[in-house]
Amino acid sequence: MFYREAGDFKTSYTDDSQTFPIKFDRYRYYVVLAVGFGIIPFIINDYWANALLLPFLIYAIAAIGLNILVGYCGQVSLGTGGFMAVGAYACYKLMTAFPDVSMFVHVFLAGGVTAIVGVLFGLPSLRIKGFYLAVATLAAQFFLVWLFNRVPWFYNYSASGQINAPERDVFGIIITGPNAPAWATYLFCLIFLAFCAIIARNLTRGTTGRSWMAIRDMDIAAEIIGVNPLKAKLTAFAVSSFFVGIAGALFFAVYLGAVEVGEVFGIQKSFLVLFMVIIGGLGSIFGSFAGAAFLVLLPVVLKVVGVDVLGWPTDIVAHLQLVIVGALIIMFLILEPHGLAQLWRVTKEKLRLWPFPH
Amino acid sequence: MPDQLIYAMEVILNGLMAGVLYALVALGFVLIYKASGIFNYAQGVMALFAAMTLVGIMNGQVPFSHLINATFGTHIHYFGWNVPALFAILLTMAVMVLLAWAVQRFVMRHLVGQEPIILFMATIGLAYFLEGVADLMWGSEIKKLDVGLPQGINLWIDESTFNIFGYGFFIDNLDVVATVIAALLVAALVAFSQYTKQGRAMRAVADDHQAALSVGISLNFIWIMVWSVAGFVALVAGIMWGTKSGVQFSLSLIALKALPVLMLGGFTSIPGAIVGGLIIGVGEKLFEFAIGPLVGGATENWFAYVLALIFLVFRPQGLFGEKIIERV
Repeated sequence: MFYREAGDFKTSYTDDSQTFPIKFDRYRYYVVLAVGFGIIPFIINDYWANALLLPFLIYAIAAIGLNILVGYCGQVSLGTGGFMAVGAYACYKLMTAFPDVSMFVHVFLAGGVTAIVGVLFGLPSLRIKGFYLAVATLAAQFFLVWLFNRVPWFYNYSASGQINAPERDVFGIIITGPNAPAWATYLFCLIFLAFCAIIARNLTRGTTGRSWMAIRDMDIAAEIIGVNPLKAKLTAFAVSSFFVGIAGALFFAVYLGAVEVGEVFGIQKSFLVLFMVIIGGLGSIFGSFAGAAFLVLLPVVLKVVGVDVLGWPTDIVAHLQLVIVGALIIMFLILEPHGLAQLWRVTKEKLRLWPFPH
Repeated sequence: MPDQLIYAMEVILNGLMAGVLYALVALGFVLIYKASGIFNYAQGVMALFAAMTLVGIMNGQVPFSHLINATFGTHIHYFGWNVPALFAILLTMAVMVLLAWAVQRFVMRHLVGQEPIILFMATIGLAYFLEGVADLMWGSEIKKLDVGLPQGINLWIDESTFNIFGYGFFIDNLDVVATVIAALLVAALVAFSQYTKQGRAMRAVADDHQAALSVGISLNFIWIMVWSVAGFVALVAGIMWGTKSGVQFSLSLIALKALPVLMLGGFTSIPGAIVGGLIIGVGEKLFEFAIGPLVGGATENWFAYVLALIFLVFRPQGLFGEKIIERV
């Protein structure tokens, strides 16, 4: 009743090939955009921004990026943390070298640098497949983190070895540093997320995305019917790293402000983003959002319930969190290997008939 | 003989010893992968879990005491007895068998027939779960593990090398013991899989699940057995590493050390795990010794991966892995 394709007539090819061809989907999309851009910036405060919204927006970008690589192209990567570090350090070097240039340019360029690095580490994927590739991407993770730790040029020879985001603005509004207002940082990240999501959505339903999926489903067969595996795999690595690099740059410059590379961009981060992709749903843009929201919310909820309501010590809650996350991942894989996105699909299927199922 | 060369020899020897320890962890991976096609990321955490359980039992700690105290406001920590090492090891082994059963019953059984990548993710989830449970059960502080293995410099090697080269090599007794134990373990595993009925059944399952089922081999039993054997290997690795550097969270990271070993040796080969371990051990120690000081040190974190990566580009199935045949 609420969700249906029937009666939604298209009279032109442009209508038929738009991003959301079904009316309900399209309206939902407009509503989400309106709430995100029009309402939340006015009611946001520092706690909400820092505890929930900023991490959600940034992880969603990273999850979309990783989903393109793992979910659409089938190349499992455990190097996300390392690529986020590339984005963060590229952004830092650009911010300090060109203080007058807009932050938008810096973040985009940081994504571009990460894309180049990603293609470089994606090259072995042409020879190595499956698990061997997953482990090979760990080489990127460990090497990059080590590189940023050991080569002083990357952190501008600062004594602590950390990088700190200097205060920068966009059109006169401060975006980075401790004085940045919550609504400005939120909007800044949201613009990037919206941009990335639209690009990803449209890439994945076009030629590029179809060649990725062909490679994922069976690479030899895809090669025989004329998909160029070199091009498909490397574009997947490039686009994925571009998004992940943007996420890394935002994570450092806007969200944290100061970064110690081994702690922030370690292997745990790679796993976290991978879990978001799996819990959300492999091969689904909506799933990336859902997975990011779920794993950002979970620790906050557990902390509120465990520490504030039940009054347990924080270390027990931290351990319980590990147990719960682990159990949830296993449960998801057993009950719904296609993730939260599949639940949403099932819901839509139900909505189509509700409330008259016969 | 020039000093540099002698130092290099000492480094190589130490690298070989470290390699044996890597191989010990890699062995657990290979066993499970061969028998069930599951790439078990949780192997490292299993070693941590085994070592923590061992320490906990030896010290007579009350499991989950922290949680119980926080919930009911009690103050219990210890039973007040100490268990002798050998008995504690047996008890820990029983716990690992129980764990193997639980993993098979509650996780792997429901995932039969899923894609390998899904199984891999499930073991990552298992790793998180086990880590949390281990911390909840026994507390997360660093613990000392002492089951009576010899430690400290091996004087015999020190003296004999001093007589030959005029420079005594520093080799830890523990490493020597570890090498001997690893050799025994591999011999025992090979004998088990070649000459016993259960070992044959295990190899049959590894070859072809359905064919094994059709001649009356119980997959359930074999998988529980394989996970138990992997648990046993994890226990041995946990004892070795735990004695060396204390029982703590970083113990679970040895899984990450074992991954390049596996890539190099091939996921399906027991000799591959040993040879790969030795190559990685020697390679990273030599690299750190020769190139490390030039580039700022701590190259051990990534060298093994890059070595394995470069190697794989030329031989995608590893040294001893089964040849990858692809059909449409």
